[in-house]
Amino acid sequence: MQRSDYLIRKIGFAFATLVVVIVFNFFLFRILPGDPVRMIVHSPRMTREAQEKIEANFGLDKPVWIDKEALTRGDIPGAFDTQFTAYVRNLLRGDLGISFSTRRDVSELLAERAWRTVVLVGLGEVLAIVFGILLGLIAAWRRGSRLDTGILLAGLFTWAMPTFFFGIILIIIFRGRLPVGGMVTPGLKPEDGLEYWLDVGKHLILPTMTLTILYASEYLLIMRSSVVEVLSEDYILTAKAKGLSTIRTFRDHALKNSMLPMITVIALTLGYTVGGAIQVETVFSWPGIGRLMYEAVQKRDYPVLQGTFLLLAVSVIAANLLADLLYAVLDPRVKPE
Amino acid sequence: MAVLDVRNLSVDYLTDDGVVLHAVEDVSFSLEQGCSLGLVGESGCGKTTVMLSILRLLPEAGRIVSGQVLFEGQDLLQISEGDMRAVRWPGIAMVFQGAMNALNPVRTVESQIMEVLQLHGLFDNKNGARQRAGDLLEMVGIRAERGAEYPHQFSGGMRQRAMIAMALACVPRVLIADEPTTALDVMIQAQIIELLERLQSELDLALVLVTHDLGVVAEMCDDVLVMYSGTVAEHACSDTIFNNPRHPYTQRLLQAFPDIAQPGSQLASIPGFPPPLDDLPPGCRFQPRCHVFEGEPYCLEQHPQAVEIEPDHVVSCHLVGKA
Amino acid sequence: MQRFKQVWGVFRKKPMAIVGVVMLSIAVFVAVFAPWLAPYDPYERVEIEIEDILAPPDPEHLLGRDDAGKDVLSLLIYGARISLVVGFTASFFSMFIGTTVGLTAGYFGGRIGNGLMRFTDFLMVIPDLPLMLVIISVWGRGLWKIVLVISLLYWTYTARLVRSQVLSTKERQFVLRARALGASNWRNILRHILPMVVPLIIAQAVLDISASIIAESSLSFLGLGDPTLVSWGMMLNFAFERAISRMAWWFFLPPGFAIVWVSLSIILIGNALEEIVNPRLKTHHLFDPRRMVSLSPTPKEQQPTEPVLETN
Repeated sequence: MQRSDYLIRKIGFAFATLVVVIVFNFFLFRILPGDPVRMIVHSPRMTREAQEKIEANFGLDKPVWIDKEALTRGDIPGAFDTQFTAYVRNLLRGDLGISFSTRRDVSELLAERAWRTVVLVGLGEVLAIVFGILLGLIAAWRRGSRLDTGILLAGLFTWAMPTFFFGIILIIIFRGRLPVGGMVTPGLKPEDGLEYWLDVGKHLILPTMTLTILYASEYLLIMRSSVVEVLSEDYILTAKAKGLSTIRTFRDHALKNSMLPMITVIALTLGYTVGGAIQVETVFSWPGIGRLMYEAVQKRDYPVLQGTFLLLAVSVIAANLLADLLYAVLDPRVKPE
Repeated sequence: MAVLDVRNLSVDYLTDDGVVLHAVEDVSFSLEQGCSLGLVGESGCGKTTVMLSILRLLPEAGRIVSGQVLFEGQDLLQISEGDMRAVRWPGIAMVFQGAMNALNPVRTVESQIMEVLQLHGLFDNKNGARQRAGDLLEMVGIRAERGAEYPHQFSGGMRQRAMIAMALACVPRVLIADEPTTALDVMIQAQIIELLERLQSELDLALVLVTHDLGVVAEMCDDVLVMYSGTVAEHACSDTIFNNPRHPYTQRLLQAFPDIAQPGSQLASIPGFPPPLDDLPPGCRFQPRCHVFEGEPYCLEQHPQAVEIEPDHVVSCHLVGKA
Repeated sequence: MQRFKQVWGVFRKKPMAIVGVVMLSIAVFVAVFAPWLAPYDPYERVEIEIEDILAPPDPEHLLGRDDAGKDVLSLLIYGARISLVVGFTASFFSMFIGTTVGLTAGYFGGRIGNGLMRFTDFLMVIPDLPLMLVIISVWGRGLWKIVLVISLLYWTYTARLVRSQVLSTKERQFVLRARALGASNWRNILRHILPMVVPLIIAQAVLDISASIIAESSLSFLGLGDPTLVSWGMMLNFAFERAISRMAWWFFLPPGFAIVWVSLSIILIGNALEEIVNPRLKTHHLFDPRRMVSLSPTPKEQQPTEPVLETN
């Protein structure tokens, strides 16, 4: 009874955040000085048809938010015939507009590139979690030893290093030995089968390594302090008093409790994860969503910017929600706040 | 033969700064099957340290410096860790202080009881163990079905009772209850005490009750060991302690304890604090607060040895005659 | 005041903290005395030959030259100013905003409090870098815009911290007593809650400085830095955009390591502060467990306690 309340709250919050993001996304591109949409529409680079399509899509002749006149007339449906509603309507249809630079549908671009980012970030995260947990455990076990201090310092050091710079360093180190840019060696196509995929895999190594090392450092610091804290709890003493060996005590009592904060941390740092992905894709020219966002920034391609931001924000919100749900499943103490 | 016989136990702690704290010095007592010993003293006097030493569960910074802990004739301090693990629980079990967090919050209560049943070989199948866990809970007045719940769903008193049930799962020879009633309200305290008494007589347990509550001691314990600042102040059977205390500290303790037969009498407190362990007085550790002390030099020079002033009555005081 | 002295006393003894302070002092020194330390003025126009572009280090240009022929060392030195200014001001604003929000939400509670915290939560969930990228892209480049955007995103951590501290302090005895005595709202806050909260705020603010520096360098690297200035992030942007194939390590590495130097120094300081002011992180200082044994019953043994035994 209580736990389902918790879940409902979390889902509600996720939904509310989503609404906030959508509204913000819309207004950002309309309200700030130098309304970019209008500027672009009148830009000579656009063809007449593209301009008309954009105008229709965005409803630029209509009021931005609410039609006050229509409201006073009592025309409720008319009052909402605005740019904002057009935007939301399009959103629900999956229409995110057209890229200014490539003239392609933004949603198409995103769909094309999404899996590449998912593979990179997914792999990076998984490896980071595994290494983070292992190293954190070792550091906590050997607390106070030189190994522990070394691990701690390495963790602090990577925390101080910007993601993109770490990528650059890896490029300098591994240049010539591993592919440092792009997703695949030019000339290979998916039809080439295994050769193609192996090549992609090789290109994946350095960017993944960058992400993994950087994320793992934070995870290990959290795991370490979590383990240290759990080990000082009363129930660990109880377990030992019952005659459990050190290993069994750890496995059956400490482990699960130590890992719970990890879930929270992963959720909290999802924003950082996404930021890291953008930087890594840029540095290694990995053609995913992050790189797309970078290119959009360079080219002032606002629809693409808007679209990628939305996609990234939604992903993070969804992932956050998943983490909350997972936490509720694992920790029986969870109650609505 | 005594089931538990602690002889001249001394324990030190080593701090981060390298300072050695003599937390426990030369503590001895013995316990027969079916008897109960009350271990009394202020917070910080070393009671818990003594108990942890018996089970060899001191933290890394703790060191048993000397002494013997004879359990059924065997010195536990000499056996291997593996052998010790077999003694823990079926031999000597402990109910911890402040059972608030003594149970793992992410595991059900019954799983934690079952764990100990299966670990020590009493049951190899889960169903048998679960059944038995349920019986144990019933024994302490908790409905068996509630075993499937988590510790946070139990009240404080229930958790304490569940811990007792778990402690008795392997039918130990010795049960150590460390402050089993602290932080519980008076009604629950009475229930717990009643429970312990009943179980003790039913199972013929040797019980060590560590507490700072003299009322509980008076009700339940055959023998009493009064500790002060890591040392034995006085050790005798309960009657003797309450009617004829010879150590100044014991006397003050009793004065500080309200007597229901004399309502309205003044509660006396003992001024001062126990000495910090890194700054112990050279002589008797109680001397700075002693009401009998009047400048006697040996009180300032040497901490008194435990002396048996009459059969089964041990006191550590230079001024026994005076008090 | 006493608390500060206490904290400082412990702080001084931690090796991490000292290293951090030394490192930071060097950076601050370089930033302040840049005009005297830098061999050339990086904002001056220079006449260059083709060979000067991305020239490797030589006695006249200790770190070589960049893609526009300018002296890398001078650029590096002047870059310190930007990073430090951004770091400190963004963190200062965050601290200010966060404290205000946290105090208000915590003290007044109710709908205001909940509303503020919901808003804070929203902001925390939305990913930082994409949001900053989007805002700057639309709003325009500029140093103060960057500072503002960073502080508008980073205040949330401080706000949360302050609010939870206020909530827990609110319930404590001495505050309730003061209110019972009729002390007014604001005096309550300032006298009782603030001293508890200030050390935590400062520790968080320090960590925010390093986060801000890294944020600015990331934004600059991605091409959104202030075009009138050359920050370390921008140096890396130029290096990456225009020199990646040339492997001009003297152009790549110094700015990056400079960023690491400054943010690491601040992290060391901030970490040390956090350990001191946040009691949960602090280990039980009497013991140093190398094996997995519980500590909990024993710390009680070592503390002096009240003289009277508790009775029923």
